[in-house]
Amino acid sequence: MTADHRAALEDLLFRMADDALIYGHRNSEWTGLAPILEEDIAFSSIAQDKLGHALALYHLLSDLGNPDPDTLAFTRDEQQFRCCHLVELPTQDYAVALMRHALFDYAEQNRYALLEQSTYQPLADLARKVRGEIKYHVFHASTWLRLLGNEGTDESRMRMQAALDMLLPYALGIFEPSPYEQELRSAGIFPGEEELKQRWLEDVVPLLESAGYRLPAIETIEPAYGGRRGYHTEHLQPLIEEMTVVFRIDPDAEW
Amino acid sequence: MEQTAHLTDADVWQALADVHDPEIPALSIVDMGIVTKLDVSAERITVTITPTFVGCPALEMIKQTITERLSEFPVKEVEVRVDYTTPWTTNRLTEQGRAVLRSLGFAPPPRFEGEFEPAILLNASCPHCGSTNTTLRSPFGPALCRAIYLCNDCHQAFEQFKPL
Repeated sequence: MTADHRAALEDLLFRMADDALIYGHRNSEWTGLAPILEEDIAFSSIAQDKLGHALALYHLLSDLGNPDPDTLAFTRDEQQFRCCHLVELPTQDYAVALMRHALFDYAEQNRYALLEQSTYQPLADLARKVRGEIKYHVFHASTWLRLLGNEGTDESRMRMQAALDMLLPYALGIFEPSPYEQELRSAGIFPGEEELKQRWLEDVVPLLESAGYRLPAIETIEPAYGGRRGYHTEHLQPLIEEMTVVFRIDPDAEW
Repeated sequence: MEQTAHLTDADVWQALADVHDPEIPALSIVDMGIVTKLDVSAERITVTITPTFVGCPALEMIKQTITERLSEFPVKEVEVRVDYTTPWTTNRLTEQGRAVLRSLGFAPPPRFEGEFEPAILLNASCPHCGSTNTTLRSPFGPALCRAIYLCNDCHQAFEQFKPL
């Protein structure tokens, strides 16, 4: 692997691992607080899955010569994180949590599907495994989109629509182009963020429309970019502080 | 002893059957199908396992228990590797493993061909009364690998190992 290809691969892995870690942490905030018991279990389980994905991806980075997973997850500065803004947002409204869940996990499902063909075999192997788990995440998200959309009440439709309108620019920020798009494609590691966005749109547009939501013309929305280059919302730093508090008190603690 | 002089794969498989899943202790890791590769020589044993779910918290404990159990053999080194080369699916659960699950009140996962669709989850037979008149309450449960149901006939809640 050339130095450029390696840099491209690491950038991709950091984006994915940081998305999974931060999104997993946000999901875990519903543990004990979700509206009904089954949803509490669902969001907690999905959080656990996402942290597992983050750990596996940080392991791949360690195998490429980076520090161990805990060091990567708990000691980097905000500017070193490559997550998109969508996963950073705090959610006090369950409608926002569910809508983000759908928008993010359909992107995850498509990203891992594309990565099953990656020439970087350890990532292709992991992708094949992770995609099975994400099917359940997408299943959960699409069920609620329907139940609270066409099959819901005026209030549920209104709140879900407001969540969608608020989140769309952030969701498009998932696909912020990488400086390494060409290297990723030429090495056969990943076909790129634009290809991923098109596949995502082919899934979410019909899903949202059939569930009764209104979508603006996608090309009129300005995506929330910056996360992939280390420029984050004001919500990431407090999250990192909370997430790393135990580690900072005692880095050698076993837990 | 002759047995230790000629350590065979079968000896090691038998020992691995003593290693159990901490989340369902009646189930051995052999019945779960998480052992994907075994390399046995007079000097060393290398076991490759693959996690049920990537975030499975029991994995470290399972690795440690395997190492402890296999260290009872007179080899210099026991290594436990974890990889995704052969991904785990519920189709890897053995018939014996499925019988153990049923005896504990879990519905075993349905077998599937090719890729599973999550909708397969909507059909589960009650492990208590056998009824197929059941309702999926949540595709997520008390462990990553389990879903929660209600039987509409005997009115018991039950869990199914979910297909993956």
